[in-house]
Amino acid sequence: MLVVLLAYIVPVLLVVSNSLKPESDILSDPLGPPPSVTLHNYVDAYQRMNFLGSFVNTLVITVSSVVVICLFGSMTAYFLTRVRWAPNQFVFYLMIVSMMVPFQVLMIPMIKILGDLGLLNQNWIIVYVYFASGVPMAVFLYAGFIRSIPRELDEAATLDGCNRVRTFFYVIFPLLRPITITIVVLDVLMFWSDFLMPFLVLRRPEQRTLTLSTMAFVQSHTTEYGPMMAALIMSVIPVFLAYLFLQRHVIDGMVKGAVK
Amino acid sequence: MSRQWRNLRGFLFFAGPSTFAFISITIVSFIGGVVLTFTNWNGLSNTLSFTGFDNYTAAIADDQFWSSLWLTGRYVVAVVLLSNAFAFAIAYMLSGRIRFRGMLRAGFFTPNLIGGVVLGFIWYFIFSQGLVAVGTALGVDLLSTSWLASETLAFWALVIATVWQMAGFLVIIYLAGLTALPGDVLEAASMDGAGGLRRLRSVVLPLMRPSFTICVFLAIGRSFMTYDMNLTLTGGGPYGSTELVAMHVYQKAFVSQQFGTGQTEALLLFVIVAAISVLQVSVGRRREVEL
Repeated sequence: MLVVLLAYIVPVLLVVSNSLKPESDILSDPLGPPPSVTLHNYVDAYQRMNFLGSFVNTLVITVSSVVVICLFGSMTAYFLTRVRWAPNQFVFYLMIVSMMVPFQVLMIPMIKILGDLGLLNQNWIIVYVYFASGVPMAVFLYAGFIRSIPRELDEAATLDGCNRVRTFFYVIFPLLRPITITIVVLDVLMFWSDFLMPFLVLRRPEQRTLTLSTMAFVQSHTTEYGPMMAALIMSVIPVFLAYLFLQRHVIDGMVKGAVK
Repeated sequence: MSRQWRNLRGFLFFAGPSTFAFISITIVSFIGGVVLTFTNWNGLSNTLSFTGFDNYTAAIADDQFWSSLWLTGRYVVAVVLLSNAFAFAIAYMLSGRIRFRGMLRAGFFTPNLIGGVVLGFIWYFIFSQGLVAVGTALGVDLLSTSWLASETLAFWALVIATVWQMAGFLVIIYLAGLTALPGDVLEAASMDGAGGLRRLRSVVLPLMRPSFTICVFLAIGRSFMTYDMNLTLTGGGPYGSTELVAMHVYQKAFVSQQFGTGQTEALLLFVIVAAISVLQVSVGRRREVEL
């Protein structure tokens, strides 16, 4: 098993080892261990990519997108599954069907419309687009989970004097924790390393996300492998740690949720 | 207060924000996209005029579109089969009682923490520098020149890199499915004298059909749309031999600035993928086993 894993993560190990070499060694001996460990690439990348600024941009975009998706996604799923009403079913199926539409189909008109409205070049528009495109999957996963919660629980809360809003926030929402964690992890992974959306929307250098500023080391003629790999590792470490910490819950959430 | 009115108020509070965002971005863009296919917009000008079905005629007459679609078809078959086989095998091994299970699980998921664009560059580096160094040192002909320079091998380089990433993602879903298998059924099979392989074939695999359905569905959708890995690993080369259909659409729209035709091809692609996915899911669902 360990052998399979080692083979599997060789590409990752290569990135780590090459990020510690001077540029000349990367090209002359890409496979060997670094002859002498240097953090030069990291310092270089950190300064030139404006790491802290990019990190904050990425963090703000990712966290706000995930928070709105989980909050409004769970509220939507609760109302759509608990209240039998024709428009609810329509919205629910519209969202499910939309999950099959690939981003490429929406990309060209979306950028044109946003451009016509003068909304490009702003961080919050990315959050809005992520929210719009992430919420159907969240509603789908939450709905599967909420259906497994007995309605008697809602009725008991009503008898105790809760209205629908209080019932949701005090009784139902806390129960959704496992599936919420799954959604958080899946969405964080998607948004943290996303390239296309920031690339299409953000133009000013100070707005760059981590992926965009990592890609800045890749020019059309020459790629600066050293700083690029160092930048990559610095960008990935926060999500890697978060994943390591949360992974047990991810599988848990999927087992209890609709992904069966 | 009538029931309709109460429902509407509840809807606006609970589902209003999501529905508004969803309609204003996804639905509006989709409809806008359909409208664009009937215009001659070039991506820059503010003026556009309606040209009827010209874009559809142009898309159908675009040989490169069909050849990239055929290439994508072969690519999807290879990726879907290989990534699911690997993912299931890895998940099956990881579901047992082994040491460092948490570490191992995280290890297989690592590729998915890195976006496709950057992954493409890592694999570019491996195929053009790493493997060539190994090949030269060991005198293996197959490796001593870059795979990315050969039309056939570049295709397989793309497949390998995609399978590597996709399998890591599918492992999580297979693991979830394996964890949820009823323990008593497995135990009963063992009591009846079923060995490891027999249990896998007659009990585990049939019960895992729902996981297979969803994994194949995800793999088909994702591999049909592969763009970023394609762009940075092979760039469509050598000589356009590995230009997958998503990349072709992007090139058509943004590089050749034929937005109308590009959008039409994207729409045709969506219809094809949706048809295949619906077919696959309905066939998969019918073969599921109820306990």
